[in-house]
Amino acid sequence: MAETTATTNPSTTAMRELEPAVRPRAVRKPRGILVPLWIGYVFLYLPILVVVIMSFNDSENLFVWRGFSLRWYPELFADEKIMQGLGNTLIVATGATAIATVLGTLLAYGIQHYTRGGLIRAFAIAPAILPDLLLGIGLLTFFSLLSITLGLHSVILAHAVFATAFVTAIVLARMANLDPSLEEASRDLGAGPVRTFMRVTLPQLAPGIVAGALLAFTLSIDEFVIAFFTTAPTQPTLPIVIYSMVRFGVTPEVNALATILLLVSIVTVIVAQRLTRLTGTTK
Amino acid sequence: MRRGLAPAPFLAPGILFLIVFMAIPVGLLAFYTFFKRGRFGGIVFEFTFDNWVKLLEPLYLGVILQSIGLALVVTLLALAIGYPMAYAIAGLSPKWRTVALVAIVLPFWTNFLIRTYAWILLLNNAGWVNQWLQGLGITDEPISMLYTPQAIVVGLLYMYLPLMVLPLYASLQQLDPALREAATNLGATPWRAFRTVTLPLSIPGALTGCIFVFVPAMSNFVIPELIGGGKTIMVGNLVRDQFFEARDWPFGATLALLLTILLVLVILVQTAVSRRLTEGPRRG
Amino acid sequence: MPTTRRIIAAAAGTIVLAFAATSCSTGGGGDEIDPSADITEQTLTVSIWADYSPEDLAEQFEEATGVKTTIVNHTTNEDIVAKLTASADPGIDVAFVSGQYAQALGEQGLLAELDKSLIPNEENLYPEATQLPYDEGNVYSEPYAWGTTGLCYRPDLTGYDPTSWNDLLDPKPELVGKTTMLSTDRWLSMPALKAQGASINTTDDAELEAAKAQLIETKPTLLAYDDTTFYSKLVSGEAAMVEAWDGWCNYGIAEDPSIKFVVPDEGADLWVDTMTVLESSENKEAAMAFINYILDPEVQTWVAENILYKVPNKAAMEALDPALIESYPTLGITVDELMEQEAIIDLGEDSLKYVDLNAEVLATN
Repeated sequence: MAETTATTNPSTTAMRELEPAVRPRAVRKPRGILVPLWIGYVFLYLPILVVVIMSFNDSENLFVWRGFSLRWYPELFADEKIMQGLGNTLIVATGATAIATVLGTLLAYGIQHYTRGGLIRAFAIAPAILPDLLLGIGLLTFFSLLSITLGLHSVILAHAVFATAFVTAIVLARMANLDPSLEEASRDLGAGPVRTFMRVTLPQLAPGIVAGALLAFTLSIDEFVIAFFTTAPTQPTLPIVIYSMVRFGVTPEVNALATILLLVSIVTVIVAQRLTRLTGTTK
Repeated sequence: MRRGLAPAPFLAPGILFLIVFMAIPVGLLAFYTFFKRGRFGGIVFEFTFDNWVKLLEPLYLGVILQSIGLALVVTLLALAIGYPMAYAIAGLSPKWRTVALVAIVLPFWTNFLIRTYAWILLLNNAGWVNQWLQGLGITDEPISMLYTPQAIVVGLLYMYLPLMVLPLYASLQQLDPALREAATNLGATPWRAFRTVTLPLSIPGALTGCIFVFVPAMSNFVIPELIGGGKTIMVGNLVRDQFFEARDWPFGATLALLLTILLVLVILVQTAVSRRLTEGPRRG
Repeated sequence: MPTTRRIIAAAAGTIVLAFAATSCSTGGGGDEIDPSADITEQTLTVSIWADYSPEDLAEQFEEATGVKTTIVNHTTNEDIVAKLTASADPGIDVAFVSGQYAQALGEQGLLAELDKSLIPNEENLYPEATQLPYDEGNVYSEPYAWGTTGLCYRPDLTGYDPTSWNDLLDPKPELVGKTTMLSTDRWLSMPALKAQGASINTTDDAELEAAKAQLIETKPTLLAYDDTTFYSKLVSGEAAMVEAWDGWCNYGIAEDPSIKFVVPDEGADLWVDTMTVLESSENKEAAMAFINYILDPEVQTWVAENILYKVPNKAAMEALDPALIESYPTLGITVDELMEQEAIIDLGEDSLKYVDLNAEVLATN
């Protein structure tokens, strides 16, 4: 079961690589294998390059270049709507990630130790594969039926649904590779079940939990469809603010925003890498 | 099975949460599909099968089939491009592997709408690519690259390629190198070793990647609108239009549910195939 | 498994509790309008399309009246209407929607009846603007901006001046692949209906079928359907002629003064963007004060100059800078000319015919 767990929910064992690996090199690479990789990266980053370049476009209209200018950056920070949208997005992502991390970790532990057969596991992971349209519309009608006012809380709950699924999947995958003998040793030495869980299991799961949380956060900040259906008109998230600015085509202002987001994420990743090195690694 | 801690505290919170915020809303939608639309949206509680029958109308059936076709093409292309990429990453040294993986995921941190507009900027008839081609004298007339079904395929491929690479990579990376070495030691050429050992074992990961691409590709409505020029609509557009323009919640729900049923079927097939393949080599 | 059963029982209990709790939600709003209420104690939330109002409108209103105001954006009529219908208390006091949607919302009982004693500036409107068919007497809405739809084009790329919808529906060979149409709501079908001489509010199946057939024939000649960036396509040269709202064509003209606009001979529609107050609002007096503020001639002139659309305010239009009208001829379209066009009204159940028409045209390859 361990192997099928790992292979059928693997999107996320990839995240395991955020820690220095202990594995030997998997395959010997033939010459030229890096070529498709580079082509792939060019494909992925070409529009991003365009976005960055056009953020310096001195024109109201995104599609025509009119000269170099830095003016969009200060305008960006002065734009209340965007800043508000950004703030809302961060709140939503943090809230959803928090809920998802707790629920997902618990679920993964419960599934690994207490279930046979895949039913509960499938149920827990289902949100990750349900179409976002379905979840969005379903939640809107659900909230509407119960006369629940829409707001940031409704989006947080909605995002937590699919985020939990991803966290569960990642932590499960990680759990499948844990060495049970450590837990057994702890119990043999007299530690109670709770203590074992807190002191032995949890630390071992930590990299998986962090990876899951990171993925949940990432997915939430750019999530558009579900947020579209579940936000209050007065509290849009960033993707929705951008979507509403589309009425006039996209001005370079949003490109400046995208460029800054890109910089922030690069910096965040570098910082995270340094931190994991400093605090040492777990096996 | 250890009974040290009763399972309830672990399973209950998550399951409860998902029941309330996933199972019930989806169930609600399923329930709605059997009723009529209200004049301004909302539901009128008169039982009817009309919504399900309406699905069979050639208009809707056509859109559904077309969406499946487009999503399939996107998936196959993603596999073709993503596999070599994942394979290459799996072969990198650990330090570079991390960098490579982060580089795959990083684009997700910029807003997808902005990236889509960047593609429009690049590919439209007055866009950068056409300007370069004409400037270099390679073409006289602009090549029409946008606002076609092909453009939609490229747009969707762009959005979901990372979702193919990650599971594939995970699958490849877990392969026991000893298996490959055994094959080469027994005299197989690298290509043969790849074909008979690596490839089959990576299929579960590949199938997962296919699901991760096919599912969202089917329900996306932004790309067909912006990059397809609104000329080719997919199931996602239909659902959105039924909900907002027609204010026909029951029929919108029916479409969304049909989409889900299709996807569940696909996933069931994938799990079955995956299971057969993983068990296969071990019996040999 | 006993655990599973326990979990399900707990879930059921939670749901029952949730129902009980939320079914006691307050109805909100719905209070009588009090003309003497002190609006400085109220706050205002306004929902409008992005960039469709002067940037510091909220600040100006706050300065003038002391009411704390927030402006939020919505993307399309459909989106905001769906949210208003689905949500018990959307937190919005004033919603800007097009006329036919105001009609629909009004019939649903979601809009508050306007207290004209709080909106004395209504007298600045053209008399025609108080007798528009979607809301005669402006019971639920006051018009904010209005205009018509036509062909926005670049003479240097078309080589001639189009005069008919058929110039778009059946374009000259050299223009194939260089035109766009609107695909939203009623504007997709309007050119075809007008070209065959039918009313844009028709519910006659034969006429709709004919329009649909025409639109399907036109589709392969189009570059794209575009409701938002069609003017950029003109500026960049991708398109030579597009179906456009008159005010929006001005954004193209602002970047390329050679662009021209024409209302085809067969006629077009009269669309109106209106301001409405939600029944659920708890700040109705402030909301109506806001509407009154907009209808002040100076303010509405400022609006017109800012968004480059015509406003239905007689005093405001007469105060408009003539130089502006010269640069943007659509601002000079007279009220009489506008009244020749057909106003769009909500068709109730028959709206579905248009939705189906749109779906079929867009889905056909």
